[in-house]
Amino acid sequence: MHLARVVGRLVATQQYEGLRGVPLQLIQPLDDEGADHGEVVVACSAISSGPGDFVHWIDGREAALACPETFVPVDAAIIGWVEQAWSNGRRLAMAEDA
Amino acid sequence: MFLAQVVGTVVAPVQIPVLDGRTLLLVQPVDPQGKKQGRVRVGIDHAQAGVGDRVLVMDEGNSARQMLDAKEGAVKTVVVAVVDYIERDGELAYDHRDERSTP
Repeated sequence: MHLARVVGRLVATQQYEGLRGVPLQLIQPLDDEGADHGEVVVACSAISSGPGDFVHWIDGREAALACPETFVPVDAAIIGWVEQAWSNGRRLAMAEDA
Repeated sequence: MFLAQVVGTVVAPVQIPVLDGRTLLLVQPVDPQGKKQGRVRVGIDHAQAGVGDRVLVMDEGNSARQMLDAKEGAVKTVVVAVVDYIERDGELAYDHRDERSTP
């Protein structure tokens, strides 16, 4: 599981049947200082997140288990909305601070 | 499994039901000497670990589901142990025993 910031949304009209209605969002993974780390990935959202939100997400096979239909081709899913995260005694910048 | 340093905590009031009531820790993977290795992770605490502890983290879904008794849960990263000491090539690479026994 990792930390990320939701940076965008993605809509695909034509897609795998089991993914109908599942929101797809672009997320930017973060490091221990809350700074961008690595490439932006597309993730399914299992919660009601949106651009600007601080979230935690899961990768790999387990990501599909967070979706309504669990046998779907998904390898990243947003599973929690982060209100606060502390790292090295410092509060990481949260969405509402911006 | 990998070694990590607990660097912080994560508070997520909205999340998938399997995570309700679980403590989430921010863990930074490290090598035996304590040098950072890769990106920080969010782990579910299963060892009463806290900030500053050197821990052992399990990152595999099936084991995580077994441990948390969550048959279909989207869980993967679990803090499973607090490390006392690490010996490598006959030498202590990390020793936390003295600090723990201090009253």
